[in-house]
Amino acid sequence: MAIDSKVVAQVAHLARLKVDPQDSDALSNRLNDILAMVDQLQQADVDGVAPLAHPLDVTQPLRDDVVTEPNIRDKALEIAPAAEDGCFLVPRVIE
Amino acid sequence: MHTKTLTELKAGLANRDFSSRELTEHFLARIQQYDGDLNSFVTVTDTQALAQADAADAAIAAGKAGLLTGLPIAHKDIFCTEGVRTSCGSKMLDNFIAPYTATVVEKMAAEGAVMLGKTNMDEFAMGSSNETSYYGPVKNPWDLERVPGGSSGGAAACLGARLAPGATGTDTGGSIRQPAALNNITGLKPTYGRVSRWGMIAFASSLDQAGPMAQSAEDCALMLQAMAGHDHRDSTSLNEKVGDYLGALKDDISGLTIGIPEEFFPDTLDGAIADNSRDAIRELEKLGAKVVSVSLPSIKLSVPAYYVIAPAEASANLSRFDGVRFGHRCDDPQDLEDLYKRSRSEGFGDEVKRRILVGAYALSAGYYDAYYRRAQQVRRLIRDDFARAFEKVDVLMGPTAPETAFKLGAKKDDPVSMYMADVFTIGVNLAGLPALSMPTGFINGLPTGTQIIGNYFREGQILNVAHKYQQATDWHKQAPAFGGAQ
Amino acid sequence: MSWEVVIGLEVHVQLNTASKLFSGSKLSTGAEPNTQASLVDLGLPGTLPVVNREAVRKAALFGLAINADICRHSVFERKNYFYPDLPKGYQTTQLAEPIVGAGVVEIQLESGEKKNVRIHHAHLEEDAGKSLHEDFHGMTGIDLNRAGTPLIEVVSEPDMANAEEAVTFARKLHAIVTSIGICDGDMSQGNMRFDVNISVRKPGEPLGTRTETKNLNSFRFMEKAIALEVERQIDVLEDGGEIVQETRLYNGDTHTARSMRSKEDANDYRYFPCPDLLPVAITDADIEELKAAMPELPDSRKARFINDYQLSEYDADLLSGSIATAAFFEAAAKAGGDAKLAANWVMGELAAKLNAEEKDIAGSPVSAEQLGQLIARLKDGTISSKIAKQVFEACWAGEGNPDDIIEAKGLKQMSDTGELEKIVDDIIANNAAQVDDYRNSDDAKKKKKIGFFVGQAMKATQGKANPQQLNKLLQEKLQ
Repeated sequence: MAIDSKVVAQVAHLARLKVDPQDSDALSNRLNDILAMVDQLQQADVDGVAPLAHPLDVTQPLRDDVVTEPNIRDKALEIAPAAEDGCFLVPRVIE
Repeated sequence: MHTKTLTELKAGLANRDFSSRELTEHFLARIQQYDGDLNSFVTVTDTQALAQADAADAAIAAGKAGLLTGLPIAHKDIFCTEGVRTSCGSKMLDNFIAPYTATVVEKMAAEGAVMLGKTNMDEFAMGSSNETSYYGPVKNPWDLERVPGGSSGGAAACLGARLAPGATGTDTGGSIRQPAALNNITGLKPTYGRVSRWGMIAFASSLDQAGPMAQSAEDCALMLQAMAGHDHRDSTSLNEKVGDYLGALKDDISGLTIGIPEEFFPDTLDGAIADNSRDAIRELEKLGAKVVSVSLPSIKLSVPAYYVIAPAEASANLSRFDGVRFGHRCDDPQDLEDLYKRSRSEGFGDEVKRRILVGAYALSAGYYDAYYRRAQQVRRLIRDDFARAFEKVDVLMGPTAPETAFKLGAKKDDPVSMYMADVFTIGVNLAGLPALSMPTGFINGLPTGTQIIGNYFREGQILNVAHKYQQATDWHKQAPAFGGAQ
Repeated sequence: MSWEVVIGLEVHVQLNTASKLFSGSKLSTGAEPNTQASLVDLGLPGTLPVVNREAVRKAALFGLAINADICRHSVFERKNYFYPDLPKGYQTTQLAEPIVGAGVVEIQLESGEKKNVRIHHAHLEEDAGKSLHEDFHGMTGIDLNRAGTPLIEVVSEPDMANAEEAVTFARKLHAIVTSIGICDGDMSQGNMRFDVNISVRKPGEPLGTRTETKNLNSFRFMEKAIALEVERQIDVLEDGGEIVQETRLYNGDTHTARSMRSKEDANDYRYFPCPDLLPVAITDADIEELKAAMPELPDSRKARFINDYQLSEYDADLLSGSIATAAFFEAAAKAGGDAKLAANWVMGELAAKLNAEEKDIAGSPVSAEQLGQLIARLKDGTISSKIAKQVFEACWAGEGNPDDIIEAKGLKQMSDTGELEKIVDDIIANNAAQVDDYRNSDDAKKKKKIGFFVGQAMKATQGKANPQQLNKLLQEKLQ
């Protein structure tokens, strides 16, 4: 399943990555190399095999419903690239 | 002092042959002197290290020493450390100081470990050569023109050069074992869920596992004893009793059954690599182990399955790096789209971007079944192959990596050939099994390693096997000429 | 030919746990921005989620309340998209294996007709933070206090045919979640938010293209938004146009809606199982335990009201619809000793007053006990129903308990025949012309003309005369 620059652009948009037009072909080629390798998966006989998301068959431990976390706003805002009035700042969001 | 193992240093501290401060100063001086050439550290934490060393000396004097009291340890720069930058080898986190500390780091500190600093790594642990780091490649101390492997390349190189006696690493597809093999050290990837992932920056959550790296299996046992255990903050960490890893080293291995998967010795494998591992296995036979041949038919699909699953998980794990709350943010974003796209494109390197794109593609509408779902099905086949093998054998063995350290830049433009560096290690991550790489000799002056894979939670057993081997041989004691390591 | 309307609802129900779905942060109620956002909620690198047991319990309880299958191994997935109030760049939610499977909710319409609305499924998920647009000089501020708040999203089948059905269903869901105590149900705080999927078609034709009107947070707005959208779609189709599948935003203040263009570019959410979380197991024993602990549901409460209090089905439906109203009614009925009177007062005077002052029954200035006392005095003849309204007003105004008000204002009914007889005699003596007129009228006219004398008597007694007694006395004396 080969991909071209157009598909790369679509996927890059989904992943919010910028692809410079002059790099696009080279990137497509690299990705196609990887996908060609990955396509070996199509040989596998997986009929009736359940997907395995986790190596161990265990279930989710549950947490008691208690408040344990302190207010860390000052620490959090200190490492934020842009903050004001206790909030993280981003360019205006238009809904 | 720097040629000694952690175990020997621990005895020396107990005997008051030297203080933790002396020890720490010695390693800090070596880092200062030699790491310019090696580039194995991203950050050296002199001041904190000396403070911790003084506290350790006080604890020893008071008779309150823990498992690791006074022993200098280097942490991979993937573990969050409050107050000290955690870069994950990325420009994205060049300015990131986590407001909290990883469980692994906390547990080791609680046992008295002294943190020397944070080691260099492939960016976001994506790589097998340490060339994807924003902080430049790490050099292999056995040959400065060669790579140290990756992604825990900084950890392996600083251990190989004896700039630190113990280091933490993480292993998603071989990132502890492959660099261990390439630098003549011992490294263990524990069972998935044995060591907490809290505070360890995620690459592929269902594969990532932290583990110890050191000169010997005995040292790894000592470190694992401090690192392992259930963590209520990590849902995937298992509530399974921590073994007595140091105690297990004494077990007799006569009667042990070693399985040799034929798939680990394909016709295409370099004969010298194959011979090296076969020699190591023969050594264990001499110690009373039995050897049988086994087959893992689906393991040939482990690399393709991995290169769907790991990028898919990574594509989501790395979405939080968006320039909003922490990390790199582009200058003067014009709008939200621009903020995201420029911050991420400037902050991530090429390999990380490639993997995000592959992962997003594999999960996208219309491709999920052909890629992601199928890869997870193959993952089950691989796990079942291992399970069948472990019905007959105690451990599995084979080469850790298909080749010794390659030249810097040799595979830079060929991602797929780079991915093959982990061909023997990746299956273990997909199955979640524990595995160790130990030094088993040299090919053309470059170290090579052999992998011992155990059943779930049998870290004690594989450490035991490696320890017996290391008692009978001295490959692991060899050090490079670089930096007066010998 | 007329149009057929097809409506389906997606309802976000905020669970009233103490802490968040995946972290030990307090659930925010008007806290300063980002003061209740922990390491996990901020999506800091290296942090990991752990599931809140109580959230799972509450979601499963809801499933049992709507007779749904509970998934024994439900799976959390990641829904990937970028938005500044979504800190991890994905929402942790459920898709392929949600905790609550198919179920059904019965609604009763005003006509008395009953209808089943099928529930497709309900899943657990985390809420996002908030984007604040004011006071950031052209920028947007991000507050993550709400991020990670546990929600269940209830997805109905497109089983509703008009706004009344949709609103009745929404109210019924509100009644269920508040009755079983999993949600506070405060609509003004966004405890329940509705997304409405609407399409229209000619009878017998396949389903039309649907639009989704998002984030309606009151029943009234929901009703108006549906009417507006149905009208728009019919207009478009009748003008020969086509309906575009889109998300629309309703503005309650202006009663207008618009397309949300920024979300239009077809998103590909790339769902996959969250590798940081394991399947959530629910055992048979868990389910038995939940069933045993199930609080009274609105339907059984309604049946009980009909049975125990002899209420009409309509009254019982209204009073059992909200747990707060039901509790108020029962307390008032108990204190007053008369369920029918209590029902009338709660649905009549009290409801009107609450409505006029936009108050919740929980915040009613007249307590259930006070209303009960008022009813008791009405029932034992101490006051007339007219005086009762006056006492109610005074009680509402905070002048004290009904007994104290009656006492202080001297509002007791005049039931002493001797005193009343004297007043009636005076009126007859002073109004000879009206008395003659009355006596010369036929029976039908007499009935009307007696009103004059009643009025005079009430005036003289300041309304305290017992009306039955007064009538009887007047009829006797005027013969």
